[in-house]
Amino acid sequence: MSGLQELMRRHGNDRARLIDMLLEIQREAGYVDDQAIQRLAEGLNLSPLEVRETISFYHFIHDRPPGRHTIWLADTVIARMNGYKEVRKALEEACGCVFGQVDASGSFGLFDTNCIGLSDQEPAMMVDDVVFTRLTPERVRRIVTGLRAGRSAQSLAAVKDRDPTDSDFAAQLASSAIRQRGPVFFSPDRDYPALVEKLVTLLPEELIARVVDSGLRGRGGAGFPTGLKWRLGREAEGAEKYVICNADEGEPGTFKDRVLLMESPEDVLLGMIMAGWALGARHGILYLRWEYGYLQARLQRLLEEWQQARLLGADILGQGFAFDIRIQKGAGAYVCGDETALIESCEGKRGTPRVKPPYPIEEGYLGMPTCVNNVETLAAASRILEKGASWFRALGAPESTGTRLLSVSGDCDRPGIYEIEWGVSLNKVLRMVGAVDPLAVQVSGPSGECVSVARDGERVFCYSDLSCNGSLMIFDRKRDLLEVVEEFTRFFVDESCGICVPCRAGGVDLLHKIRLVRAGRATRRDLDDIRQWGALMHATSRCGLGTTAAKPLLTTLDRFPERYEALLAPDEGPLLPSFDREAALEAHRHAHRILTEDASS
Amino acid sequence: MSVNITIDGLAVRADAGDTLVDVAADNGVYIPTLCYQRGRPCLGTCRVCSVRVNGNVMAACTVPVADGMEVEVNDPADMRKALVELLFAEGNHNCPSCEKSGRCELQVVGYEVGMMVSRFPYRFPLRDRETRPKKIWLENDRCIFCQRCVEFVRDRETGRRIFSIDHRGSRSRIVMDVALADRMSDQQVREAAELCPVGCILQKGLGYNDPIGRRRFEVRRLRQRVLEGEGQ
Amino acid sequence: MKPKNPREIASHELPATPLDAATRAAREEKIQVAMIALCGCWGCTLSFLDMDENLLRLLEKVNITRSSLTDIKRIPHRCAIGFVEGGVANDENIETLEHFRENCDILISVGACAVWGGVPAMRNMVPLEDCFREAYLEVPTTEPRAPKRIPWHPDIPIITDRVYPCHEVVKMDYFIPGCPPDGEAIFKVLDDLVNGREVDLPTQINRYD
Repeated sequence: MSGLQELMRRHGNDRARLIDMLLEIQREAGYVDDQAIQRLAEGLNLSPLEVRETISFYHFIHDRPPGRHTIWLADTVIARMNGYKEVRKALEEACGCVFGQVDASGSFGLFDTNCIGLSDQEPAMMVDDVVFTRLTPERVRRIVTGLRAGRSAQSLAAVKDRDPTDSDFAAQLASSAIRQRGPVFFSPDRDYPALVEKLVTLLPEELIARVVDSGLRGRGGAGFPTGLKWRLGREAEGAEKYVICNADEGEPGTFKDRVLLMESPEDVLLGMIMAGWALGARHGILYLRWEYGYLQARLQRLLEEWQQARLLGADILGQGFAFDIRIQKGAGAYVCGDETALIESCEGKRGTPRVKPPYPIEEGYLGMPTCVNNVETLAAASRILEKGASWFRALGAPESTGTRLLSVSGDCDRPGIYEIEWGVSLNKVLRMVGAVDPLAVQVSGPSGECVSVARDGERVFCYSDLSCNGSLMIFDRKRDLLEVVEEFTRFFVDESCGICVPCRAGGVDLLHKIRLVRAGRATRRDLDDIRQWGALMHATSRCGLGTTAAKPLLTTLDRFPERYEALLAPDEGPLLPSFDREAALEAHRHAHRILTEDASS
Repeated sequence: MSVNITIDGLAVRADAGDTLVDVAADNGVYIPTLCYQRGRPCLGTCRVCSVRVNGNVMAACTVPVADGMEVEVNDPADMRKALVELLFAEGNHNCPSCEKSGRCELQVVGYEVGMMVSRFPYRFPLRDRETRPKKIWLENDRCIFCQRCVEFVRDRETGRRIFSIDHRGSRSRIVMDVALADRMSDQQVREAAELCPVGCILQKGLGYNDPIGRRRFEVRRLRQRVLEGEGQ
Repeated sequence: MKPKNPREIASHELPATPLDAATRAAREEKIQVAMIALCGCWGCTLSFLDMDENLLRLLEKVNITRSSLTDIKRIPHRCAIGFVEGGVANDENIETLEHFRENCDILISVGACAVWGGVPAMRNMVPLEDCFREAYLEVPTTEPRAPKRIPWHPDIPIITDRVYPCHEVVKMDYFIPGCPPDGEAIFKVLDDLVNGREVDLPTQINRYD
């Protein structure tokens, strides 16, 4: 246990590093046991339950043994369209336990998880610290047999002898299908030292003016003008300032940030340095979601190389500009995509979105002005530095300049990454990706909108119309759209942090309603309830998760009312269709039966 | 700096940055709250003080007033009511069997918003109670997760939290550090029980301490206490 | 509805002396009101009686059919207003509430049990098997040699898996909370309805305990 003292010391006995400490303990011991919790609490002047607060918030931190091999199968609508159920069953049979449990011998733990950023190659799962994609029942049986025979997950994924810090390591595990390249992203052979040199010759105000002039807006979804954010950050007063790169790409269906970090991580680092220069910040944090752990070693090596090349560190290119970046690993919480929740998580706490105001740009990480930018925003900014504002502004549409990356999945011939100019129509994109008989498209993931190809095909991608956050899921006519809606609604219930009433409680009631509809027991009144309760959550929730959680229901009710109406029960009374008389009475018969058998034995 | 705002059309003058819910109370407009208490930091958890500010629904406890702000309290009244109803359906709020009845903020806010029934299905959750501490009984079924206890009750010596949250989302529970709880003075226990807006944090051995008709909010309603202050 | 036992006679089927024509006509002109208790303690019905002399004043306008005042078991003819006390805890409650919904224009949940389940719903946190086990099998006070049995007979209602608020079984139109509500609250709602006013239960007389 002296190891624990040493570990805490290495992290400066700093409570803000609690998640790092927990993940390190878990890497050694497989989980965080009671004793470790007690010791951490003492060392950090917390109550043990306060440590548990953080542990229990995150999906991937365990307080009990999760099996020698821990398997996380992504349960997503896309996986469900591609044989998820068969894979799940095969895993249960092969491992000898059901999901949510560890088998009797302690060899395997099977767990559900939400989207892991591999929607173009699902079903997919994480096993220990690698991922397996394009799963079939046969493939997972082989993997489990291999693990049982003592092979490691790395060896089964054919990466055992590869160096995880190599730039092509991740590509062995997950492909990055870039189907359409464009002018902004993934450009080869960029001279980063020269670009950093160019950066520090600009005045911060000049840099900000250039980014303002480019019209770049946040690619995370909200579309806040990036230059303005940097200006506010520059003007904000604080003893320290921070730049955070939000690589917590949790929106189901998106994987473009993963591909950016695999293919062009330097663009992202350069973007962070630019933001640091603009704000006058000395510290950057790259918040990497836990599910992208296999990218971490490579990113870490890149940071070290840049430090050695003096592109990062105490004195960048000898210009007296100090800026460094550390990687903060997430631990499994979609809500951390919200910038204030992300900041809480960076401070080692539960990812509970803060009350706003104050906004992070005034009071963020450790109470200091903090600028949070999306991976793609920062990568785009790096090209603006190189090619200039007018070059960028000439791309795309008037209020939506430049290009954006789409992560395309679902019913189409060519799922993958597409760089499109803002301003193209949905129909054009659907033709580009080879969508077959598409009925509906989920734009921006569950938190976005479900549009009808027939009605919305000519709408265009831009901030004032289809302001897509990068996720595009296509469903053809054969799909059960309401199954998708139920799955998305469950997702939000799963990922709600629980801090505010409408999201914590309302989400559960909406899930109940969609299940009622699908069971054929709903009436028109139930649809009215869905609309009213959805509006309540939208209006009164504390953060973006709660305000959008009803959107799968509301947008499909709007675009595909016939899918709901076809399932409505006749409302003829006197009993309500939602009241299941037989089920209500069966419990007594059942109890009588088993208790009488009990009693007679 | 003083600013001019309107609340349901009523012109009101206030200091810039003051919290909207307080400004409203100072001007005779009662906006119910379940997590917020004047003088304490905003928690922003219950959302029951939702009002319309310049057209958008916002929790009035989170809004610093600014010049020209147009506030509508009447309009989202049904949303406030719905939020209270959500809380009644989410936990087990059986007033006739609750020691806090008549002193319960959830109950009295239920009356204020005119709740007769919850429009949401009653869930009847089964949550583990924490009964080990010597002086406190935690009746978790009644918890509304306002976070008052989590944020404002600390061990006097170490500053550590006595109440914490476990899990997240609809599985969230308030849990209690028994060792720290047993170090609480009688006075601190009483304060914690009073801080709890519902009958979740109970002081052992106290029970139904006031007869019906003379209970806290029967003597003086919460609305009056908010509008006129506790002292009167 | 349960198949009827041919040997059973319900009270409403017994022969009764017909009313004289004048009384009958006078009654038929009035607003027909009924009240029934499902799974409750009849405390709300007592509150109904607690309307006291207010009730007498209303009797000029209303006629009370099925209720604890009259002991009529079935609603003899269509009613304008039905008051329901208690939640739904067994098949007989379901049947009664169904009958009320079919025969009343307006249905009102009266009291905590009808509104959300109330005290009987405290069993909702426990599986029905455990309730039975506790009630019939593992009772510390039964004689040890007595056969352990869960009662089962066509005349004993089948218990529902949990206690339901009335509005989760049939549509309910109005709600009067309270355990029990004051007679004053019931009167206010009835008076509003009888006089064609919008139902409004003022905050001062609304209570949940």
